[in-house]
Amino acid sequence: MVRTRYWLVLSVIAFMLCLAVPGLAQDEEFVFGVILVGPQNDRGWSQSHYEAAEYVEANWPGARKVVFESLNPADAPETTLLDVATEMVSEGARVIFTTSDSFEEDTDTVAAAFPDVVFVNITGSNALDEDVPPNVGNFNGQMEAPRALAGCAAALTSETGKIGYLGALINPETRRLASASYLGARYCWENYRGEDPDSLEFTVTWIGFWFHIPGVTLDPTEVANSFFDNGADVIISGIDTSEAIVVAGQRQRQGERVFAIPYGNRNGCEEAPEACIGVAYYNWGPAYLDTIEAVANGVWESGWEWLPPVWDDLEANESSIIGYADSEGLPEEVKPQLDAFYEEMVAYSTDPANEGTIFLWRGPLNLQDGTELAAEGEPVDLLDIWFLPQLLEGMVGASQ
Amino acid sequence: MTKQSTPMQVALTLLPIVASLVITSALIMLVGRDPIAVYERILEGAFRNTNALASVFNFWIPLTLASLGLVITFRAGLWNIGVEGQMMFGALFASWAAQYVVLPAPVLVSFEIVLAMIGGALWAALAGVLKTRLGVHEIFGGVALNSIASVITIYLISGPWQPPEGGSAQSTAPFPADSLLPSISPEFPVSLLALIITVVAIAGVFFALRGTRWGLELKATGRNPRSALLLGVPTESNVLSAMMACGALAGIAGAYRVLFTYASLRPLVSGNIGFLALLVVLLVSMRPLLAPLVTFMVAALFVGSTRLKVAMQLDQSLAGVLQGLIVLMVLLSNGLRERWRERRRFREPEAAAVSDYQPVTPVTTEATTYE
Repeated sequence: MVRTRYWLVLSVIAFMLCLAVPGLAQDEEFVFGVILVGPQNDRGWSQSHYEAAEYVEANWPGARKVVFESLNPADAPETTLLDVATEMVSEGARVIFTTSDSFEEDTDTVAAAFPDVVFVNITGSNALDEDVPPNVGNFNGQMEAPRALAGCAAALTSETGKIGYLGALINPETRRLASASYLGARYCWENYRGEDPDSLEFTVTWIGFWFHIPGVTLDPTEVANSFFDNGADVIISGIDTSEAIVVAGQRQRQGERVFAIPYGNRNGCEEAPEACIGVAYYNWGPAYLDTIEAVANGVWESGWEWLPPVWDDLEANESSIIGYADSEGLPEEVKPQLDAFYEEMVAYSTDPANEGTIFLWRGPLNLQDGTELAAEGEPVDLLDIWFLPQLLEGMVGASQ
Repeated sequence: MTKQSTPMQVALTLLPIVASLVITSALIMLVGRDPIAVYERILEGAFRNTNALASVFNFWIPLTLASLGLVITFRAGLWNIGVEGQMMFGALFASWAAQYVVLPAPVLVSFEIVLAMIGGALWAALAGVLKTRLGVHEIFGGVALNSIASVITIYLISGPWQPPEGGSAQSTAPFPADSLLPSISPEFPVSLLALIITVVAIAGVFFALRGTRWGLELKATGRNPRSALLLGVPTESNVLSAMMACGALAGIAGAYRVLFTYASLRPLVSGNIGFLALLVVLLVSMRPLLAPLVTFMVAALFVGSTRLKVAMQLDQSLAGVLQGLIVLMVLLSNGLRERWRERRRFREPEAAAVSDYQPVTPVTTEATTYE
């Protein structure tokens, strides 16, 4: 009798504990918001942020993402960043990532309205140079290295010596990324191909936005075709979406020797791997996770971080915020040279003497109008790269 | 036009909406989600507190103004698809004043709105002149002018009007506080002035179309421009004035987007609201008093779906599917309505001939013989 009651009490307690477990787990739920400027499956920029959100869910017990995609006046005229953030906060979000420079200004205003929520604007630098609410931060990855690799791979692969750069809209970020590709291309054209650096034609065409908006931007498909029509045989993409690689794939299937290097997402080559030389991409997951960990532990601080790559992880991509991977289209004979260039880059970047500088960003370097950016042997200051006011001398294309 | 009773009108307006809701529900169930929960979220998103309701009004105001404008042009038989560009031009004119004109706040705001009306009206007049003088159909002219307005906007944002810290082609610098439309309160952030303007516009368009000679002439022009002209109706100036009236209303809508919603000029600031307004006007078959009700439903649906997307993580395109279905249903029900009308038209003379003592029983084969 006593024993029975004993077991009864025990099982009731056990049952109550069972009931409590999901409750406890729910207490630990950590909701975070991700606001995208484009669709979550754009095979580029926005998709890589969406994947970072999935990475956080997989690696932080209790994490739950709430995502809003395509927040821009054309796709969501009825809503603003404030409306979306309000909904996310009411879902319990404690961190909100606003993943476009077009959200930069609004992020400050919205953050002021929700002082208990951390806002991270990606690719903005408000936390660096302006008076922002203490709950706003920025991070970004030093995409310069993969972009230089992309440029080098393009120069090594090209037979015509003409490279097209499919640019988005014109701002300091897009200028420095196009310029980083140019520096890599020129370096390899000169040092590995042994050609005159001035004989390399590097043309930038800006479509006007991060992705194609019919009637508003140039059509990236047409721009890509016209690059190839005008003799370019490699296109480096700087837009969020995958038109460059699609066009290169179509034309290669028709027998042309043309290639492209997509940008943004590690699966960027998927649509035409045989026409793809390599891909420069973001791996935001670890940085997202760091932010969430810091917020959960109450140690997050506002700031602007421009994270360098993890050099021994540029391809494996466990921890590095940015990456570069070769693809099927890379010609056999080019690979050793590209690897040698990569070794040079790693050797330079891991040398403590070069801390605070970026490989190839060293004088003599001039801006497009001839203004000196850095004198012979001098490195370009990191912030001068970040706020690059023009394209570099030798590049063809609009700076403003 | 055959007169229809008011309940019939309302029923014909609601029918396509209800039908598309039913089909959407079926789709939601097909992907394994609960349609009731979906509609609950939409309702919450639109009405759960005054802030949410304010978002609905903030979308309702420009959508209603654009719809009222289109009621006028449709009445004159014009497919003013250029309403998007007219909104953008209103926004551009207002943005210019907001950035460069210094006046006491109330004067400045009124000045901006007047400028926006002028901007929208001028851009609409251009489409009108292209039609009346050069024979360019207003649909083609409008589409071209929309693109041009958009290109000009982007040029200004990335060029002369770029923010001092360097342009990112995304937005101008935020406009000074004095140049913006003030909110009623932080709990209900809607502009009182814009609300008043919208209500006045509803009444104004209703009376102008119903109770003035101009309204009657527009109708004549819309029905049959050639006979209207022969009967002495100045069709050309009617086309121009209808376009400009629409442009002026669209201009205010554009101004609201820059002076309130975004507090800055952005690319695509009109946000396809003009195209949505076209849909609304088709739905209400040009009735100015019905338009604001339908725009309110549309605004609630759109604004509410923001919460739907965040809270249920349903595919973003669901609202788009719903919208597409509504268009389809509208076209279908308009087709049905036309058919019904033709059937009656066919029957009426016969009814007159047979005269009063013998009630006419509807005979379904009549429609077939008519065809």
